[in-house]
Parts: sequence; structure tokens; C-alpha cells
Amino acid sequence: MISDRRDFLLTAGKLLVLTAPAAAYLEAVETGRAEEPAYRTAEHYWGMIVDVEKCIGCGNCVRACKTENDVPLEPTFFRTWVERYHVAEGSEHPDVDSPDGGFNGFSEKYAAGDGAKSFFVPKLCNQCAHSPCTQVCPVGATFESPDGAVLVDKTYCLGCRYCVQACPYGCRFIDPRTRTVDKCNLCYHRITKGLTTACCESCPTGARQLVDLKDPKDPVHEFLRNHKVQVLKPQLATGAKVFYNGLDGSVR
Amino acid sequence: MEEGLLHAVQGYMYPNEMELQWSILIVLYPFITGLVAGAFILASLERVFNVAAVKPTYRLALLSALAFLLVAPLPLQLHLGHPERSLEMYLTPHTSSAMAMFGFIYLWYLTAVLVLEIWLDYRKDMVLLARSETGWKKTLYRVLTLGVDNISEESLRIDDRLGRFITIIGIPSAFLLHGYVGFIFGSVKANPWWSTPVMPIVFLFSAIVSGIALVLLMYMLVCFLKGTPIDIPCVDTIARYLMYAFLIDFSLEMLDLIHRIYEADESFKSLDFMVHTRLYTSQILVQIIFGTIVPISMLAFIQVVKLSEAARKGIYVLAGLLTLMGIFAMRWNVVIGGQLFSKSFLGYTTYKMAFATKEGLLPAIVLMVLPFGILWVLVKVLPPFEEEKAAV
Amino acid sequence: MNRFLKDKEHLVRMAALFAAGVVLFLILQAVLVPKGFGVYGHYRAGALADNRVRVPRFAGRAACIECHTDERDAWKGGKHAGVGCEACHGALAKHAADPSAANAFKPDPKTICFTCHVANVAKPKKFPQIDPKDHFDGGACNGCHSPHAPDKGPAK
Repeated sequence: MISDRRDFLLTAGKLLVLTAPAAAYLEAVETGRAEEPAYRTAEHYWGMIVDVEKCIGCGNCVRACKTENDVPLEPTFFRTWVERYHVAEGSEHPDVDSPDGGFNGFSEKYAAGDGAKSFFVPKLCNQCAHSPCTQVCPVGATFESPDGAVLVDKTYCLGCRYCVQACPYGCRFIDPRTRTVDKCNLCYHRITKGLTTACCESCPTGARQLVDLKDPKDPVHEFLRNHKVQVLKPQLATGAKVFYNGLDGSVR
Repeated sequence: MEEGLLHAVQGYMYPNEMELQWSILIVLYPFITGLVAGAFILASLERVFNVAAVKPTYRLALLSALAFLLVAPLPLQLHLGHPERSLEMYLTPHTSSAMAMFGFIYLWYLTAVLVLEIWLDYRKDMVLLARSETGWKKTLYRVLTLGVDNISEESLRIDDRLGRFITIIGIPSAFLLHGYVGFIFGSVKANPWWSTPVMPIVFLFSAIVSGIALVLLMYMLVCFLKGTPIDIPCVDTIARYLMYAFLIDFSLEMLDLIHRIYEADESFKSLDFMVHTRLYTSQILVQIIFGTIVPISMLAFIQVVKLSEAARKGIYVLAGLLTLMGIFAMRWNVVIGGQLFSKSFLGYTTYKMAFATKEGLLPAIVLMVLPFGILWVLVKVLPPFEEEKAAV
Repeated sequence: MNRFLKDKEHLVRMAALFAAGVVLFLILQAVLVPKGFGVYGHYRAGALADNRVRVPRFAGRAACIECHTDERDAWKGGKHAGVGCEACHGALAKHAADPSAANAFKPDPKTICFTCHVANVAKPKKFPQIDPKDHFDGGACNGCHSPHAPDKGPAK
């Protein structure tokens, strides 16, 4: 009961102290959408499956990624892109093209029945478990998160470009607007909210599938058992976690 | 910018690869640190291995090394996207990153080796100058001597012993300084042009070659400007060491080349094509023929055929200049060459070097001239030659 | 003590200078290293949260079928059951958050289908693809195919 000014101040102070943690709790729940369980990094280990036999080169993924992640449209920077391979029998190397990364799809360039095989290969950051880009970063601005995504700390990156040199897959670039490095971060802001990545969401054929290797119910386990899959450049032992089904030996 | 890039690309490159990441400034950096390491190693020949003939160049070599080492971080600062964050490399160094650890090697070498050795060698001179000079110069020398006036026989003897010890530590430190730069490239498994265990050793020996050539030319230039006679046995000896170092360097590079050609792994066809086309002028002509074979031949010729002093001096100048050009070309071919081909081994791009931009040719030229300006100041403050010493 | 230090005072002063440098470095490190650095690994712990801050632009098909039940029923039974809504309708998170405000994008039925179904030698052989000139040139695709269930008749 408030009897004088001193008591008032004491009571008000206690209320303030008590409401602060309550407010903090509410804020934490609210920003994470109250009906969704909180995301625990220890329960997940992310990867992706790319099924080359299903990719139709529509470019939906490239456009969706640029929309979702604000990737610069000009000049040529991509968090994900699609390559088209044209492999003639007995040729020394394949013909590869990726017009604007596949942003506008692929116009027909080859004639049917020319004796070659052609196919599309989507590319993205392989979220390596032993990532060479993380190894060479001088300050710790890129790192492997506990749940298996390779992320960038844009407030800490110096823009030295060593990681861009060290990535064997060419998936990193310097964003000219921030002068720091940027790359596919597996739509980390989506997957930690129970959504799938923008590229997987917009892929019409299911050629791209986000997988959670730590989830026993994830279809990835059965997929890996029943299909012959590869990672890109396995000889470099990067621990890549993007698994390609139907990957031809000519793919670079 | 995209239009220009697309026209510059031949074959297929991953979309993010078309633009080069590391510019001429990153070519400058190993060139400059190489000069430092090489100049220091030449200086230490006298101190540790008692090669008396090169003594006249001892102090000049150290001052040159310091002038270049002070400039070395500048191209890196200009290149960084956020130079204001560069202190992070010292505050939170990632120990698995060669680049981060190099920051400490640089700091160690600058302070504990180079500055300390110069200070110990010059201490007597600085004390004498502190006594004899007046005004702000007196204050300068008193600060440089840390306010200590003692130049007794015993203290100088201690200085000499400590200096010798530092030089002994300094030699592996100089090896580490530039070997590490080689490791920064040599450890990148994603890039087959760079990835080779021999890279640190090749960088080190080419550094020694460039450093020796620099000191040779600097010494001859300084003598010419001051009108003092060149110590001929000194330059003869330096030129001989230049030749030895160059022979080792050339053998190492040829070994790497022969190995690549013989093994012909998945990257070979692409790299071979690049060397024969986009890198032909800088690698075959500038680096190998005019920058290595010609100067080695000239220096070897002198060992076999006795020429007059004047002819020898002329050859040393020409060989020295060609050597510096060749070693610069080597850095260019490693840094730029490593980015001209695609990691898909299916395509090539072009390096378009601008002139007056942050990473263009103009700042590169300024950064190469700057050490000479610093050296001029250093030579005024710390005179390197005997006859300029103040009277006791 | 003095006899030992005789003639070495300059070295003592130099050593003190080095020590001061080390102390300065340690102070800088204590003050300038960001909070939370090194907690999970060699990076700033806050960077994990920073990567989660972005607002999604694609809502995901689960959000669409909460409201659009008719389309959902047609879609789930047909050959486009594996195609997400936003694959054709574009990013719709704004629409899902406030259906009354943002107008959802309705693609042009004469051209949207070509994005995937124009014949191309590099597409998988089993994938349904047509040459528009040979296949009812000029006609709207939804004259015969319901966009949400293309193996069934035209949308009613």
C-alpha cells in the first residue's frame, strides 16, 4: 500500500525490475512468432540435395534467390546459378554456359539429335563441413554455424577477398554496396523459422531439396541410401554438404 | 562494367569469377616484402658469416629494408573493403589463416629484428649526434637514444654481441617473413596455379634475389650521387651472390614447371593455354627470358671472362635492373596469373588495370616511389657511410 | 644490481618500451574485441542472429493453402502438386501477411507456362515440353490445361 513518496518510489522500482525480464521474455517470444517452437541450433545439421535428373533450367531458383536475399542484379554476382552442359562423345571437355547465371532461363542453343548429351546443373555454396573459406579468413568473419551453415558476419568482414580465392566452387563474391563478402547462406533467416530456402520453394520439379541431416524423419536418409550421389570436387575434401544425384563426370 | 567483363571472358567461367579479386596492389605487396627480406639477408652476410667485402653496404641495406617494410602494409590498406577494420587481424587473429598469422610475423620482424638491429648498430652515432647537434635535431637524437648517453667500450661491446644475436635470429625471421607470403598463396588448394609446396621456397629465393639486386643498385646509385668511388670488390662480391641466389631460384622454378608438364594433371591443359596466350608476354618474355636468363648469363659471363671495372659496373647496373623487372614479373604472374583462368578449367578472363582509381596503376607507382622518399629521410637522420660520422 | 646494469641501461629502456607496447596491445584487445566473440567458435556470436534478421519475401506454400482451399484441393490432386504456388505467382509473403493490402501477382496464362515447358535439348527427356509453334500456336495454355492441375480440363 502506497503511503508516502518513499514507499511509492520503492514499489515503483520493484515493479520496474520485475517487468523488465517479463518484457524481455515477451519480446523473445513475439519476434519468434509465439506459436512456433524456439529454434535450437543443436537439433539441426543442414545440407541440400540437388537432383540433376530433374533440373529443367527454368531459372526460378536464380530469380527467387535474388529476390529473397537482395542480391545485386548488376553486374554479374550470384548466390546461386544454373549451368548448362553439352557433352559431345569423345570431346576433350564439355561446352558450358550460364547466360546471366540462368536468371532468364536458357534459350535453345543446341540441335536435338547432334549426338551429345546435355543437362542443367544448379550451383550454390556447398556449406562445406571443412570449409576452406573459413580456414583462411584472417579475422573470423566467416564461419561454420553449429547447425551446419557457412555464414558471413558482414559487420566484421574486412573485404580482403582471401576467402573468395580459397573457395573451389566460385560461390563467393564481394558485394559492391557493402564492400564485404557475400554468398549463399542457405536462407538462414528462413530455415531457422521452419521454412525452406527460397530456391527450393520456387523449384517446380523438386530438383533442389533442403535437407536436415540430424532429423531422423528427413527423407534425405532414404534418398542417400537409394541413389548414387556425389559432391563437387571431392578430391579437395571440403566436406561439401550439397549432394548431387545424377552428376555426370564432366561437371566442373 | 558487366558488358566489359563479358567481352573479356573467353570460354566458361563461374559467374562470380569473372572479375579479378586481387589487383596490382597485391602484386606489389610480395614484391616489397621480398625486397625487405633480401636486403636483410645480404646485410646479415657480413654480420654473421663475416663476408667482409660487403661491409660498405651493410647499413644502407638495413635502411632500405626499413623504408620498404614501412610501406608494405599500404597497398593492403588500399585494397581492403574496410581498412578501418584491419586491426581485427591483430585483435582476433584466426590462427588457421596464413594471412592473420603473417600480421604478427610482420610486427615481430619490424620491431624485434629490423628496428632493434638498426638501433643497436647506430646507437653510438646517435649519441654522438645528440651531443653535437642543436635545436630540434638534438631532441630527435636524444629521443632516438631513449635518453641514454652512455657509449663506453663495454656498452658498445654489449650492443655488438646483442646485434649479432639479433641478426642470427633475423635470418630465419626474414625467411619466415617472405616464406609466409609464399605460403599464403601456396596453401590455397582451390587454385592449382598457386597450390604447390615449393611456393614458399620459390618466393623466398626470388626475394633474396630481388633484395640483393636492390642493394647493389642502391649502393651504386648513392655512391654516384655523392661522388664517392664504388668499392669494386664489394660490388663484385654482391654480384656473385646475386648470381648464386638466382641460379637456385631459377632451378626451383624450372623444377616446378617441369613437374607440372610431366604430371599433366586436370588443371594442366588450362594453365598451359593461359601461359601460351594471356600470360605469354609477362611470363615467357619478361620474367623468364629478359628477367632471368639474360641477367644470369651476364653475371655468369663475368665470372668466366675478365672484364674491365667500368664494363663490370655497367653490367651490374643492367643485370640489377633486369633482375628487379624479372622478379616483379614473377609476382605479377603468380598473383594475376592465378586469377586469369577459371576454376572450372574451361575459361579465361582479362585483368583490366585502371589508372587513377584506388587500386589502379597510379597508386601502385606512388607506393613504389614512396620507399625511396622514406629512405632519403632515413639516410639524412642515420647516415650510413663512414666518412659522414660526426666527430666524437 | 648497479654493477650488473652498468652499460646496459639503454637495453633496459628498450625492453621497457617493448613491454609497454605489449601492454597497450592487451588493453586494446580487451577493449575492442566485440562482445560474444569466441563463444561458439572463432566468430562473433551475434553474427548468427544477424543472419536471421532478414524478413522473408517468399511465404511458402503452406501459408497459401491456409486460405486458398479450393486451389489447394485442385492442386494437390494434379500433376503440379510438387510445384509451389510462388513458383508461378512470385514472392507473396507480403500478401500472406496482409491479404487485403498487396495484390497478389496473377501470371499471364499465355506465357507463364513457357518458363518451364518450352522444349529444350538439355531438359530431362521425361519432362513434358512442347514447341509453342507446334502446340496450338498463339492459343492460351489455360484453354485446355488448368494451371493448378494441368492434366485435368480447363479451369472453371
